[in-house]
Amino acid sequence: MAEEKNRHIAFICSKGDLDMAYPALIMGWAALGDGIDVTLFFTFWGLDLVTEKRVDRLEIAPVANTSFKMSMMGLPTGNWGIPNIMGIIPGMSAFATWFMKMKMKALGVPPVREYLEMLSDAGANMYGCKMTVDMFDIKDEDFLPCIDKVVTASDFMDMTEGAQIVFI
Amino acid sequence: MTALNTITLNEEGFMTNPAEWTEDIATVLAEKEGITLTDAHWAIINFSREKAADSGAAPTLRQITQGIGITTKELFALYPKGPAKKVAKISGLGKPEGCV
Repeated sequence: MAEEKNRHIAFICSKGDLDMAYPALIMGWAALGDGIDVTLFFTFWGLDLVTEKRVDRLEIAPVANTSFKMSMMGLPTGNWGIPNIMGIIPGMSAFATWFMKMKMKALGVPPVREYLEMLSDAGANMYGCKMTVDMFDIKDEDFLPCIDKVVTASDFMDMTEGAQIVFI
Repeated sequence: MTALNTITLNEEGFMTNPAEWTEDIATVLAEKEGITLTDAHWAIINFSREKAADSGAAPTLRQITQGIGITTKELFALYPKGPAKKVAKISGLGKPEGCV
């Protein structure tokens, strides 16, 4: 009897905003907990998640984010968004970032750096995208230790044959 | 496998009544998962059952590592290929509720 291939899920992480860092981490962690193989491929802004200089400085900006409501900060403003004119005030992104980090901490969600370490320790494979690594001039020593290596798009296709692929 | 005659499993293989659980049952359930229980395994099972008695739900993996003070690597080495479900199943609990 042919050995059944284990389920494999691969995430392409292309965004470097704080809120867009978490989907792959949360779903990847759930997958590992259930015995599913996990691969993470970091490309373009997603490389911020795995570079030493950027990982602790990911931000969320209220400008042009229509989902961002003032009521999230406990104001009795119902469905009113944060006016873009307020979003451009210096410090608003820092404030929104601080606020989101506080909310995540209260839920027991670890910071991105620690989350990546957990996934790596649990057996996830993580790769940087060669083309954007070259474009951004990122060196091997700039990466967090969780990055196994830098691979081409074609390598990624080979490594994820039969996997379910999620683009974030 | 006679120990298993006294318990009820749901379609996913989780025990439906944690009160039916005994240490012997845990040993048999662990063998089904290919795991021979050691003290390190038992520490996790006991923690999970205590946690579930308090909260009503099996703990998440992060609650286990933080609660016992073991690393993610150690947890995945003790319960390889899917510790979230394996720990809960062997501990006689339902699926962990929570995402981290």
